Amino acid sequence: MRPSDDTLAGYNFAYLDEQTKRMIRRAILKAVAIPGYQVPFAGREMPLPYGWGTGGIQVTASIIGPDDTLKVIDQGADDTTNAVSIRRFFATVADVATTEKTTEATVIQTRHRIPEKPLTEDQILVYQVPIPEPLRWMEARETETRKMHALEDYGVMHVKLYEDIAHLGRIATSYDYPVKVNGRYVMAPSPIPKFDNPKMDRMPALQLFGAGREKRIYAVPPYTRVDSLDFEDHPFEVQTWDHACALCGSTESYLDEVVIDDQGGRMYVCSDTDFCGDRQAAQAQEAAE
Amino acid sequence: MYVAVKGGERAIDNAHRLLDHERRGDAAVPELSLAQIKEQMTLAVDRVMTEGSLYDRDLAALAIKQARGDLMEAIFLLRAYRTTLPRLAVSEPIDTARMTVRRRISATYKDLPGGQVLGPTFDYTHRLLDFRLAAETDAPPPEPERAEARQDETVPRVTDLLNHEGLIEHERPADAAPVGDITREPLSFPAGRDVRLQTLARGDEGWLLGLAYSTQRGYGRTHPFAGEIRMGEVAVEIVPEELGFAIDIGEVTVTECQMINQFKGSKAAPPQFTRGYGLTFGHGERKAMAMALVDRSLRAEDLGEDLVAPAQDQEFVLSHCDNVEASGFVQHLKLPHYVDFQGELVTVRTLRKDHDKRQEAADAAE
Amino acid sequence: MPFDQNTATPGDERPLLRVAGLARHYGDRIGCTDVSFDLWPGEVLGIVGESGSGKTTLLNTLSARLDPTAGRIEYQTRDGEVVDVYGLSEPRRRMLVRTEWGIVHQNPRDGLRMAVSAGANIGERLMALGARHYGGIRDQAIDWMGRVEIKEERVDDLPRTFSGGMQQRLQIARNLVTGPRLMFMDEPTGGLDVSVQARLLDLLRTLVGEMGLSVILVTHDLAVARLLAHRLMVMKDGRVVEHGLTDQVLDDPHHPYTQLLVSSVLQV
Repeated sequence: MRPSDDTLAGYNFAYLDEQTKRMIRRAILKAVAIPGYQVPFAGREMPLPYGWGTGGIQVTASIIGPDDTLKVIDQGADDTTNAVSIRRFFATVADVATTEKTTEATVIQTRHRIPEKPLTEDQILVYQVPIPEPLRWMEARETETRKMHALEDYGVMHVKLYEDIAHLGRIATSYDYPVKVNGRYVMAPSPIPKFDNPKMDRMPALQLFGAGREKRIYAVPPYTRVDSLDFEDHPFEVQTWDHACALCGSTESYLDEVVIDDQGGRMYVCSDTDFCGDRQAAQAQEAAE
Repeated sequence: MYVAVKGGERAIDNAHRLLDHERRGDAAVPELSLAQIKEQMTLAVDRVMTEGSLYDRDLAALAIKQARGDLMEAIFLLRAYRTTLPRLAVSEPIDTARMTVRRRISATYKDLPGGQVLGPTFDYTHRLLDFRLAAETDAPPPEPERAEARQDETVPRVTDLLNHEGLIEHERPADAAPVGDITREPLSFPAGRDVRLQTLARGDEGWLLGLAYSTQRGYGRTHPFAGEIRMGEVAVEIVPEELGFAIDIGEVTVTECQMINQFKGSKAAPPQFTRGYGLTFGHGERKAMAMALVDRSLRAEDLGEDLVAPAQDQEFVLSHCDNVEASGFVQHLKLPHYVDFQGELVTVRTLRKDHDKRQEAADAAE
Repeated sequence: MPFDQNTATPGDERPLLRVAGLARHYGDRIGCTDVSFDLWPGEVLGIVGESGSGKTTLLNTLSARLDPTAGRIEYQTRDGEVVDVYGLSEPRRRMLVRTEWGIVHQNPRDGLRMAVSAGANIGERLMALGARHYGGIRDQAIDWMGRVEIKEERVDDLPRTFSGGMQQRLQIARNLVTGPRLMFMDEPTGGLDVSVQARLLDLLRTLVGEMGLSVILVTHDLAVARLLAHRLMVMKDGRVVEHGLTDQVLDDPHHPYTQLLVSSVLQV
């Protein structure tokens, strides 16, 4: 069922009505003012299911204008089904230019990755967030976790890391690895691999986080300190691979594992398809010269 | 009109006639055919077959028609019919690796042997009412491109791929103990995984969905990944005693979900992912996924995890997951309870009199 | 004689805790009322009475877990500042509780995280206060396990695999690791076998003496009170009916209720 263009006649620019966008922008401003703090907002129903990026979509819809160029990635790639679906949604309801090039985009909506190429002050990164509460896994109740944030009562986060080391010899959290923002709020970076955590630290681009089902928005303003929680003698570290990307040869990017047969055969390729494509193009160019 | 229940025989007959009438609706509109329900309400049929635990599309369509589209009522009808059927044979376990796959996706690998096959899915549709459907033209939708059907090809399961590396727990091999049968023996606690899975398979989709969701929100988290969801046709085989070998008696459509969950390990035991399993008749991936999450949660005790959340409590989950039971008991409150209520009325009136007397005495004393 | 009385010197300039006119009501019902006393550094105060006498309500009100209906609690911090406990902002009050106080619950489940290891249970307060060296935290946890007589090899085990007595000792270690100055204990030996009780009491006495701790101890067991407390407050119907040195109160009770309490205990 592909919506035809005429089914969208009568909807406002970027789907949401202007009142709603203003409400969301106010939440965003508050979030920027208190880095890492989860601002409740009156999330709307979207024509995509909860858990599929409704928070990110609402944030994007509220900040995007006709002059923007939008890039949407899921798992680092522009061609994954959900990224295609969301990009198509905005191309239809906002009639904005879309791109797969990280450098050309002014707004990048992402699920589970930060692009490999460093972002600039002229860009905004919008994260889709499933569970905004980093304390959720130690304390399920909202009434408690809000108090813990207010009182900066975060000892329990290190208890979890301590347990990993005691039982497994190392910190075992590999994605959605909790961070402390601007030395104050502990924040869920959304399920990006911890490989991407260092990119958040002092990033020139504004980072906005939208959780639609949980109705929370939070932000990391440009050039803000973002520290991954760790111990002095078990410092935070990122994933590494024994392989290079099979397509572009990169040894510095996050790699996806692709199963090629049922005998244990594997190959590794960049998860960031734009980054990988650019490198391949450059290599082809070099070879041609 | 409400009539006192004694002598209400005529009232009941009339109510039933009225029900028939309501079901039919406006006689000027053509009657719904079972074929239409079977072909155009396929997911309703699938749900009724799954929770009715009987694979028969015609009967499920009939039940839906008779129940005026109330799926729980239809499930009840099918279940009540099923219980009258003789048991002729017990099939061999179906082999989902040999499924003729119509949909197969993995959230854990970008690509894998057999590929990602989207198949017919709502997943990437935008939820906008499509008013073209209101036009009811007879023109069929444009023909989709179809991949060539892969015949007799085994599509390896993602969990099997992980198993090669020892990265996921082994599914315990069938031991000597016979597999339980919840249609023949009452549920007793603690229930083994066989009985739990059977109960969940016919359990209410909404109930399981809510419980599964609660685990994702921290009430008994299991760190799930949708390792694989596949839907398609599998052969059903039986071994007749007189033959001694398996023969194919037909095929059924099933949806299978294999969740890959939180790994366990210690300094002594190497870490391994754990599993949750879900299976439905027809195309029922929401239910299959919810079932897999709840299955994993119910294994908490076996895996030495703390029991802290509702979804981990097998008595709570299993005792309340059957919507035929639940619907019946909730709605039984409509039955006359005059006698009990009369008893309560008398008691409350007596107590109020006592209270008034005490109050009067107290007022008089002041 | 319980501890070295020298640690409780009334000659110190100020009491550690000064309680005046404290009351906690539940609607019309009195939980406890009109409670006033001073607690000096190094002193162990026992609160005794039957169940329902208001001693647990009093303990919860004293330990900043139950807002009082009336009255005032002043505490002198490590830095010498005198603070009105319920006048503090919640963040400061929580910080005070985490850094200077400890609470030992009757039921270890209320005071321990049952789903994380013994080591993490002891280490949690250190981490909450900013300790960020895993090895250091673990060493301290192991050291404290030794001091409460739990074998080092149990450091990675979950408390639910521990016996009742071990759980209680773990709870004590979890509290003492950050060197609190004031401990609140609610029936710390309740629910334990007699022989286990004796060992725990012995351990408590040693630790309290070594660390110069001040303790407010609620117990219905006069033997426990005699062994640990310097001073006793006897409660009945939410009020303090007798207050004095432990030996004095137990050997020469004045209030009829205290006399009844004392006489109802089997003399050993």
